Amino acid sequence: MANKVLMKGNEAIAEAAILAGCRHYFGYPITPQTEIAAYMAKRMPKIGGVFLQAESEVSAINMVYGVAGAGFRVMTSSSSPGISLKAEGISYIAGSDLPALIVNVQRGGPGLGGIQPSQSDYFQATRGGGHGDYHLLVYAPASVQEMADLTVLGFEKADEYRMPAMILADGTMGQMMEPVELPSGESKTFEKPWALSGTKCERPHNVVNSLYLKPEKLEEVNFARYERYRKIEETETMYESYLMEDAEYCVVAFGIAARVAKNAVIAARAKGIRVGMIRPITLWPFPKAPLAEAAKTVKAFLSVELSMGQMIEDVELATRSQKPVLLCNRAGGMIPTPEEVLGAIENMTKGV
Amino acid sequence: MKTTNLLIAGFGGQGVLFAGKFLAYKGLLEGKQLSWLPSYGPEMRGGTANCSVIISDEPVGSPIVSNPDVLMVMNLPSLDKYEDATVAGGKIFVDSTLIERKVERTDVDAYYIPATRLAKEAGFPTLANMIMVGKLIKETGMVSFDGIREALSKVVSAKHADLLEINLKAIETGYNYAE
Amino acid sequence: MSVVFEKPKSLANVPFHYCPGCTHGIIHRLVAEAIDELGIEGRAIGVAPVGCAVMAYDYFTCDMIEAAHGRAPAVATGIKRARPENIVFTYQGDGDLASIGMAETVHAAARNENITIIFVNNAIYGMTGGQMAPTSLPGQVTQTSPYGRDVKLTGYPVKVAELLSALDGPTYIERVAVNNVKNVKAAKKAILKAFKNQVEGRGFSLIEVVSSCPTNWGMTPEKALEWVDEKMIPYYPLGVYRDKTAETEEKA
Repeated sequence: MANKVLMKGNEAIAEAAILAGCRHYFGYPITPQTEIAAYMAKRMPKIGGVFLQAESEVSAINMVYGVAGAGFRVMTSSSSPGISLKAEGISYIAGSDLPALIVNVQRGGPGLGGIQPSQSDYFQATRGGGHGDYHLLVYAPASVQEMADLTVLGFEKADEYRMPAMILADGTMGQMMEPVELPSGESKTFEKPWALSGTKCERPHNVVNSLYLKPEKLEEVNFARYERYRKIEETETMYESYLMEDAEYCVVAFGIAARVAKNAVIAARAKGIRVGMIRPITLWPFPKAPLAEAAKTVKAFLSVELSMGQMIEDVELATRSQKPVLLCNRAGGMIPTPEEVLGAIENMTKGV
Repeated sequence: MKTTNLLIAGFGGQGVLFAGKFLAYKGLLEGKQLSWLPSYGPEMRGGTANCSVIISDEPVGSPIVSNPDVLMVMNLPSLDKYEDATVAGGKIFVDSTLIERKVERTDVDAYYIPATRLAKEAGFPTLANMIMVGKLIKETGMVSFDGIREALSKVVSAKHADLLEINLKAIETGYNYAE
Repeated sequence: MSVVFEKPKSLANVPFHYCPGCTHGIIHRLVAEAIDELGIEGRAIGVAPVGCAVMAYDYFTCDMIEAAHGRAPAVATGIKRARPENIVFTYQGDGDLASIGMAETVHAAARNENITIIFVNNAIYGMTGGQMAPTSLPGQVTQTSPYGRDVKLTGYPVKVAELLSALDGPTYIERVAVNNVKNVKAAKKAILKAFKNQVEGRGFSLIEVVSSCPTNWGMTPEKALEWVDEKMIPYYPLGVYRDKTAETEEKA
């Protein structure tokens, strides 16, 4: 373990971003993600990078838009209310086919909500969040190690597919410390001939834009983008399957909820309940195939969420509601205990 | 498989998070699996603070300790709040300078350390937390006493080598304290 | 035969979509001439607004990006921080810059961000069909102030040049107009200086161009130009409001 260090999830994201070659960070203070900004403020000036505290979330995401257009790896981070403000800019970034990384360390909502951990921005993240037809690549880390690894992957995939990626974490993941092995080796990079760099009077001008006044053209662009999304669904879906081989029941959970649910699954197994867990690592694309496969054999699903039940709709869609899908949830910043989840698993076995 | 779920609680400013961080680093150096999770938000500014530390031979599931095997409390509200949550057969460590009442549970082992007084007498009044940690290491064995200097060097910056020495002394004071 | 009219290199050979008598064409040309004269076409990057100039990205031959409404100074900040060797400018109207984008404008100025802003003030929202702008004059009739702008209800026009001059940050702020030959010449000089300042690394320059909108003002182009003289300029006096370069030159 000599190469492991103890880091907060928020710090792991920041350091991993730097290791992935990100030299531009724009943000605005908000709990519980401010460690990311603080880390960047300290590190960026020492490595020739840019840290700028913007006047608002709105400005921060538009600075990100500018740097992404200029062809550099760039990120911003915030928490739920701040992400709502960034939604406009995220839509423009997606509509202009630009890569960027957006981190949402979620807190309870709606409105000003609270500052304790939550997963209630699931809809916002997986459906795009802003206006128009688009998706983000949405990664849901469940450990500090994944906070680091998925940050690097997020930058790479964003560049590869020319689209924004989001790390959808929560207050717990951001604040907790765990041993982490920081990514080493060169991050995969991609040519960006479309970037704004000045024509040098040698090429026609590049234009970064999401405006198409002719509806035929806008439709064509959207169709092409969704063609790309289909390929991403085929190749970029990530999930963890845990004790599913002989499972009669399937828990579905991501992020911190999956950590709690894992304890419950182990406890249920000890009681002789054949339960497993599918943990989506990408929330978009959502792991539809393994859930559809599980629907053939298990008796019921249990969606464990820190929200009023958002991912449960994707579980129902993925399984075409062939089997009952139950909800075990806490909201507003509360986290279910393993005992609560175990109780929900036991009820599931009695009910079906 | 051995897992210790530790909860440390007290007022903000008592070094509750630091104590947990030290134990987490100690676990890391011993090659254990672990997690450290602080409470956060406005309560950190002078209100109550707590942190969950899990040290295990197995990968850690939930990082949240709601039912501690080991509870370390540095003020009365924390003992009031978490005493009943402690698992049967668990251990409760009490700073008896600041908490006058005794542990009411009879199915747990209680340890009373006048850590705040000892810290004052020894000339490092801010290190009651580390005196508590010393006693905790002695009685729980959740991490080993060997190699505490190295673990301390991870949490005390090199610029403050003098702090490292007094932290070490504080841990030793607690480790050798007999009621 | 001598050439009497030539399009600047930095202006694309496409027809503008602007209304007859609109002064955007003149201002585009002044920007392009400044870019040509400084020889920075190959490293210029322009930021287009939302408003009448939304399609400016088709008109300038340098690299261009289209910003969300009001966000151009933030977008320009990002680009300039990433590519300090490039020359970054925004081209914005009054709704974009002085209403929805006020925060971005003020803070870019406060940071003395080394960018150039061309701010076209024609006292109305043109693109959406003539609504009241933050710079519409007291009493001015628009679609959303059909009985004339009542300052008791909607407050007073925002004087951007004066407002930004209250900040310590900005390097150069000048208000010009393009309603006659003399004013156009002065505007050209100001815009050139605003770009030159950036080339020399001096910081934030903003040129407010008092402009006209015959279509939405409901006037002939000639009448609109007269209205600029009679109504606009008295409320928005022309001149240099901030010039840190003069201060440093004096010291030297």
